[in-house]
Amino acid sequence: MSVIIILLLPLVAAALVCIPFKKYWAAGVTVVSSVAVLVLVARVAWLTSAGGSITSALKIGMLKWIAVDGLSALILLLIAFVGTTAAIFSVGYMAHENLKPWKLRLYYANYNLFVFSMLAIPVLAEPTLVWIVVELTTLCSALLVSFDNTREALEAAWKYVVLSLMGAGMALFGFLVLFAAMQASGSDGAYTWDGLITAAPMMPPVLLQTAFLLILIGLGTKVGLVPMHTWLPDAHSQAPSPVCALLSGIETSAILYVILRLFPVMQASPNSHAETWALVFGLISVGTAAFLLLQVRDYKRMFAFSTVEHMGIILTAVGLGASAAGYSAMQQIVSHSVTKSFCFFAAGAALVAVGTREIAAVRGLIRKSPATGVALVLGGLAITGASPLAVFLSELSILKAGLTQKEYVATGLLAIFIVIAFFGIMLHINRMVFGAPENKNNGPPEKNHSEPQPVETFHLPFSCRLALILAAVPVLVLGVYIPKPLHDLLTQAAAALTK
Amino acid sequence: MSETTNQLLENLNALAAGLFLLTAFGIVAMRQARGCLNLFIVQSLLLAASAALLGLRYGSGHLYGVAIVNVISKPIIVPWLLRRTAPAEIYTRREIDQVLNIPTALLIALALAILSYFLGQPLLNAVAPEFRGPNVPIGIAGLLLGAFTLTVRREALPLLIGLLVMENGAFLAGISISRNLPLLVELAIATDGLIIVFISGVLIRAVQKHVGTTAVGELASLKEAAAEPAAKEAAK
Repeated sequence: MSVIIILLLPLVAAALVCIPFKKYWAAGVTVVSSVAVLVLVARVAWLTSAGGSITSALKIGMLKWIAVDGLSALILLLIAFVGTTAAIFSVGYMAHENLKPWKLRLYYANYNLFVFSMLAIPVLAEPTLVWIVVELTTLCSALLVSFDNTREALEAAWKYVVLSLMGAGMALFGFLVLFAAMQASGSDGAYTWDGLITAAPMMPPVLLQTAFLLILIGLGTKVGLVPMHTWLPDAHSQAPSPVCALLSGIETSAILYVILRLFPVMQASPNSHAETWALVFGLISVGTAAFLLLQVRDYKRMFAFSTVEHMGIILTAVGLGASAAGYSAMQQIVSHSVTKSFCFFAAGAALVAVGTREIAAVRGLIRKSPATGVALVLGGLAITGASPLAVFLSELSILKAGLTQKEYVATGLLAIFIVIAFFGIMLHINRMVFGAPENKNNGPPEKNHSEPQPVETFHLPFSCRLALILAAVPVLVLGVYIPKPLHDLLTQAAAALTK
Repeated sequence: MSETTNQLLENLNALAAGLFLLTAFGIVAMRQARGCLNLFIVQSLLLAASAALLGLRYGSGHLYGVAIVNVISKPIIVPWLLRRTAPAEIYTRREIDQVLNIPTALLIALALAILSYFLGQPLLNAVAPEFRGPNVPIGIAGLLLGAFTLTVRREALPLLIGLLVMENGAFLAGISISRNLPLLVELAIATDGLIIVFISGVLIRAVQKHVGTTAVGELASLKEAAAEPAAKEAAK
């Protein structure tokens, strides 16, 4: 029953924020509902981490299509966590923009609907319904991407809608073929993720493989796999920063979750090549993103490309063998979500502080706004996998799993691409935060000291600081220590990846 | 039902599917934006006809539902939604310079249609005989031609129609191979199509208001290449 409440809360919040009331009404409602969702989800995750799954006790109509197992609970937890920190960040960030009250209400209404559509992805167990909520995530977030109504934002939103829906059209066909495969198998089980695994050995392989490829390419468009990634850096950089945190931090992982659901089905079918496809798409994505990271000019685009890179890493990890690297892949999903949302909060804070997205126009941020500068450096180090932080641990365990699987070429390539991405991101961030002002490239630092300019310090709104601190906690903690319940949950989730 | 009636229903279904393919070709080539919308409405009616005929042939109540949903949502609600959200200008646009000229575009579309028969064949071989029919290859062709429309058109309305044609194509194949899908799911998919129209309409209006064009396909200032600062200055 609590699962239904989790889904209803954001919908109620979306309705409530439309009521014109005091200035902080909409923001307050959103924060309260997100925190409530987080608490409920934490409870669900706690219950599932012990093993077993929650199927709704009621079995009327649609309710029999609701089921939460370890993998779903993990994704739910991440959505709820990023949804909460992003809601808190929004309070100060959107207040800073001096928007008209109706525009602000529109933002929060869309925000809650977007969170609802994402929460519905892991909860639903019927593939076509999952397809519908995946489509809803695009539609609910499109107006958030175009929120600034600038030429660039509108272009980004349009590309986002057209390419995502194009992918969704292919994925729809894929899901229909999957249904046909289910019928052809002669199984009389329900068309759910579990039913598919049971029916998989009897399915005609050609139908199953066609469905898998259509869904991998169709939904892969929305995950941002190369070569279908072209919309992603645009949309993920033009949206308001809290929305970027949602889009990049968790939406991509939530859609990837749908693809991952097909891996146990494919394993149950003889002679399928799901892992090979994952490895190919994953490595191409990581490699392309790593080289594109070197030449970005916009620091929000930089983090967006890093999302493409990380989606590639997760898919590569799954491709290395779900039984060996499944746990690492799950760990990578967690560390990517918490770290990337933190990065976009830092980037949003930098945008508020300096008012430009151009990397070349930002120099010496550490003097202008020390908190923002520190956050940006921490974000950069964390997302590239510097040593004591969350991503480092998960990437290391992926590489280790790759070596034990004797996939030396893939593992080697992955390691090289990760290192290139590290240098790409840290080069830009180093210049932005510590670089001398005025001169475009490394100007002599003495010049800066000799003529001391009055640097206007900038103070970040309290809620933004709070969100940054909250988001930083798991980034720092998960690098050194994984709590027992989370470890159990990760194990459960990894188990769902194999038959 | 007698053998001849079944034969007749199957032939009528093949006719509807064939005309469906023809409308997809028309949407690739039609210059007038309003013409594209009309062709799309015809196409949706053909999809509904195919669903109704298959429903009659196999005695499936679901398919009548699909037919009714399609008759109500696409020819009636889609134009109404567009009138409410998108600017009226989108109907009057003509595309004089398409990315490809019309004969070339039609030739490529023809190649895609032939390709879809090759792609559909292995799928048809794998399903039971009662699920076979012209719907699957023509549905795939609808999917491919819709995607092709998205790549060659620049005006807002034809692009939106391209998206909807893809969905129609997936549906046309779906009513043949997965016809026992719960009706609730079909309803949700149809509603989803309406949300697509609504959101795109709002976006098109915003583009027209803030950028001053309805040729949304021509927006291309976000890039990694060195052209970016220049494009930004031009925008200012």
